[in-house]
Amino acid sequence: MSLFLIVALPFLGALLPGLMYQAGRAACAGITFTVTLSAFIGLWTNAPAVFAGEVVTVGVDWLPLLGLNFNLMLDGLGFFFAMLILGIGLLIIAYARFYLSRSDNMGEFFTYLLLFQGAMVGIVLSDNILLLLVFWELTSLSSFLLIGYWKHLPEGRQGARMALTVTGMGGLAMIGGMLILGQIAGSYDLSVILQNRDLIQESPYYVPALLLILLGCFTKSAQFPFHFWLPHAMAAPTPVSAYLHSATMVKAGIFLMARMWPVLSGTPEWFVIVTTAGLITMVLGAVIALFKHDLKALLAFSTVSHLGLITMLLGTGTAFGAMAAMFHILNHATFKAALFMSAGIIDHETHTRDIRRLGGLRHLMPITFAIATLGALSMAGIPLLNGFLSKEMMLEEAHHTVLFGSHWLVPVMATVGSLFSAAYCFRLISHTFLGPKRDDYPAKPHDPGPGMWLPPAILIVPVILIGVAPFLAEPFVKMVTASVLGETAEVPKAYFKIWHGLVPALWMSIIATVGGLILLMLYKPLLKVWDNTPRPEAKIIFEALVESIVSLAQKLVLPLHNGSFSRYAAIGTVAIVGAGYYAWITGTVGEPTRQMQPAMGVVIAGWLMLVSATIGLVFLHRNRLFALILMGIAGLMVSVGFVFFSAPDLAMTQFTVEGVTIVLLLLALNFLPNRTPIESSSLQRGRDAVIAVLGGLAAMGLSYHYLLRDAVLPTISAFHIDNSYKGGGGTNMVNVILVDFRGFDTYGEIIVLGIAALLIYALTEALLSGPVRARLLNRKADQPRAGDMHPMMMVVLTRVMMPIVMLVGFYIFLRGHNDPGGGFIAGLVVSIGVVMQYMASGFNWTTARLRYPYHGIIGAGVLVAGLTGIGSWFVSKPFLTSDFTYVRIPPFNEFELATAALFDVGVFLAVVGAVMLTLESLSRLARRQDMPDSEHPMDIDPSREDEPGDLAKGEA
Amino acid sequence: MELLVASAIGVLTAAGLYLVFRMRTFPVILGISLLTYAVNIFLFASGRLTIGAPPILQKGVEGITYTDPLPQALVLTAIVISFGMTAVVVMIALGAYLGGDDDTVNDAPKDDAARQEDAT
Repeated sequence: MSLFLIVALPFLGALLPGLMYQAGRAACAGITFTVTLSAFIGLWTNAPAVFAGEVVTVGVDWLPLLGLNFNLMLDGLGFFFAMLILGIGLLIIAYARFYLSRSDNMGEFFTYLLLFQGAMVGIVLSDNILLLLVFWELTSLSSFLLIGYWKHLPEGRQGARMALTVTGMGGLAMIGGMLILGQIAGSYDLSVILQNRDLIQESPYYVPALLLILLGCFTKSAQFPFHFWLPHAMAAPTPVSAYLHSATMVKAGIFLMARMWPVLSGTPEWFVIVTTAGLITMVLGAVIALFKHDLKALLAFSTVSHLGLITMLLGTGTAFGAMAAMFHILNHATFKAALFMSAGIIDHETHTRDIRRLGGLRHLMPITFAIATLGALSMAGIPLLNGFLSKEMMLEEAHHTVLFGSHWLVPVMATVGSLFSAAYCFRLISHTFLGPKRDDYPAKPHDPGPGMWLPPAILIVPVILIGVAPFLAEPFVKMVTASVLGETAEVPKAYFKIWHGLVPALWMSIIATVGGLILLMLYKPLLKVWDNTPRPEAKIIFEALVESIVSLAQKLVLPLHNGSFSRYAAIGTVAIVGAGYYAWITGTVGEPTRQMQPAMGVVIAGWLMLVSATIGLVFLHRNRLFALILMGIAGLMVSVGFVFFSAPDLAMTQFTVEGVTIVLLLLALNFLPNRTPIESSSLQRGRDAVIAVLGGLAAMGLSYHYLLRDAVLPTISAFHIDNSYKGGGGTNMVNVILVDFRGFDTYGEIIVLGIAALLIYALTEALLSGPVRARLLNRKADQPRAGDMHPMMMVVLTRVMMPIVMLVGFYIFLRGHNDPGGGFIAGLVVSIGVVMQYMASGFNWTTARLRYPYHGIIGAGVLVAGLTGIGSWFVSKPFLTSDFTYVRIPPFNEFELATAALFDVGVFLAVVGAVMLTLESLSRLARRQDMPDSEHPMDIDPSREDEPGDLAKGEA
Repeated sequence: MELLVASAIGVLTAAGLYLVFRMRTFPVILGISLLTYAVNIFLFASGRLTIGAPPILQKGVEGITYTDPLPQALVLTAIVISFGMTAVVVMIALGAYLGGDDDTVNDAPKDDAARQEDAT
């Protein structure tokens, strides 16, 4: 199966559980399982090539200019991790099916899980580090969703936030590191980077790149001092903990260290940083784990400790260390996932994870006891289980590692870590399962159905198998190690076997095991000491840190953002004018190249009307209705101006838009107060006036300047003039540009228009379903109502006009391609016709005659336009390529058929739908259930809400 | 004539800005509408001013000058979009007024505690 498909399957499949949610829990889990299984099988179809030592690659250029290519590769290392991710994923899905309760939304859970799975597979198969970063961030996001899956639990939300903050910041650092690395190597493709070890290690930017990348790895893999997020992430459902926080996501950092091992390792910086961080994490995690009472917290810290162990092994920079690391990843994934699932079973059946409330479960839950015990013993490093083998190798490697000039430091620390590790494993077994049966369990414990115990049991099989017969795993681990090492080192010859003789590692192992048993016996006094030792609590420090950053940001931002819109607008204006002025004085200003055209009397008259209406509007704006009339005058003069300056299409558009805008504002005024009170001081008004005049002068100066000069460079307009008829088949160039040359722009714009209308609809819905509704119903009109709701004259007139308006709209639409007109204008004209019906005959009357909802019309418009564009794909042309032909049907003249006209139909529909939905939504605010809305055209309502005296006042 | 158009743009801009600086929603909406006029004319004028030469191709006639059609096409969609945007702003203003009985555009000055609460 193609690598593309393996990566894509989980992402595509992520849609399915959500869709299948209605089909039931089994179907939901089943489809998820099937998707994962397909990817898993697909992975194995590549196994023969990988086992033969080949590297399977596929790739397409995505953004080649940035070096971002969608290149995937599958080598031993990638195969190993992908196998863990998909294989354990399968078990987790089966387990989660039975773990999640009926109240949990399974579709949501499995969707997140598949998203995560796809992102993880993407990381391990990426051949391009930028692509890898994309998947890396996706794992942070999807794990955030998974950790916070139980949204009602505050711990879940806090844990998710903490995990996202820490891993997200690490990811940011890593982006920087990867960019530096790519710059040094000259390519972002891993296959190239991995060949350039010397170039990279000799570069002066090696250390910054290393530090940044390690920051990403350490945060992701919970290495000291970033280990604190992992235990808090345990608020997630147990399947998530088992999957993300033992087997997969936390290993992403380790994977990356292994991936980059050939180019980054082997330097003193790498050795000191990675080994030290790993060593500290290993010991610290093991010590804390011993004193945790929550089963999952114990396992979480033990995971931290084991991740430290693997990191330390990678840090040593030797081939044997790398091999031990790979082997331990395999072993840890098996026993730790099994242990997490067992902890989940215990939690599920006894309703507690607190070890202090458990004990004596071995008789009550024998199967779980067997699974957990085998897992824990393997983790403790007991012979005949797989944990023993890799732990021996780790101790062997530690024995040879010299850190800070000391031969003792690493071996002693490693032994101490193993000792505590053995101690918490023994504690897990004895305090949970051994001891007397209790009678105060929160629920009556018993073994779960096979659906829950089978997945961990399957994982225990390799634990025993590898433990007894290590040679089984040897070829596989060596193959993986070979791809980690690349060409930098030979795969070590060492054989995997249980008995190596009385080597130092065995003695260290024996010390650890015996010491672990002694610690367990001394547990009570030790716990007292531990409880009385003060130690920093990571969560409190983290939250204090976040708090201080937030307050710092507030100190910076709040003085600037004080909530005064007027102030922002004034500051913005001054800044824009200032920037423009700076550009003006620093740039070169050419001489005028055009003659000023003489002004005719009629132009001066039009100018006077526009200017006086505008200035009048400023002075009289407190009377809102009057201001609206003045604005109408200004708008009309603008459209007259368009006619005069050879823009008939613009004039028609401006004219019709003016109509609907005024209706819109009148509707709004129906609710808003009629007058604007005087609030600002005269000083403020003076300041505003100065800034406004400044802005006006700047706009005027700029336009005057360029009106007298030709364009500095030849414009692209000539192309449109030349090709409008030849290429687009229309003589109205503006319309051809809209529906053909720049059809994609227009397509975007009708979508924006549709979204705006839907937004208005949604806001109306929100208002009408809230407390505003009651207020609207109780509203008293602030002006006397006309008794005649639907005046006869108007009703008759608008109904007679309706067909004519439709005809005019149709005509304007059809002529649009060759003469002024087109979809936009026709849409506006028809909208005005329909709006008039609302105004004259009333809301109910019009709604009753409405055959299609306006949302549908918007959608149909966008769809028609989009399908027209897609149509050109069928003749192998790019989206929205237009075509036209001329047809003659006698006795008519020859006429043109163009696909652009079909596109214009889409524009028309979208405009009608958007305008009507907007106005209809606004007028719905005024609707009242109790208001009689007669079917008959004339319905004089003699009842008046106001007193006759009020009316007289109102008229006066 | 160029001076007339330029000054009309200037007057519309100044009036629009002044109204945008007002404290109630309705004058601000009027101001935005005036600014829309100004911006549209400004964009349109970037094709320079031509009288009596609409961008409609005359078939079979050579050597005619046409006005620049490109700014017109851009402004045409701008006019329609600005209607949509005005409508959204009107709706938001109405929602605020009906929901909070308040049509001022500026937040009331707050003490620090309330601000902190807002920001978190």
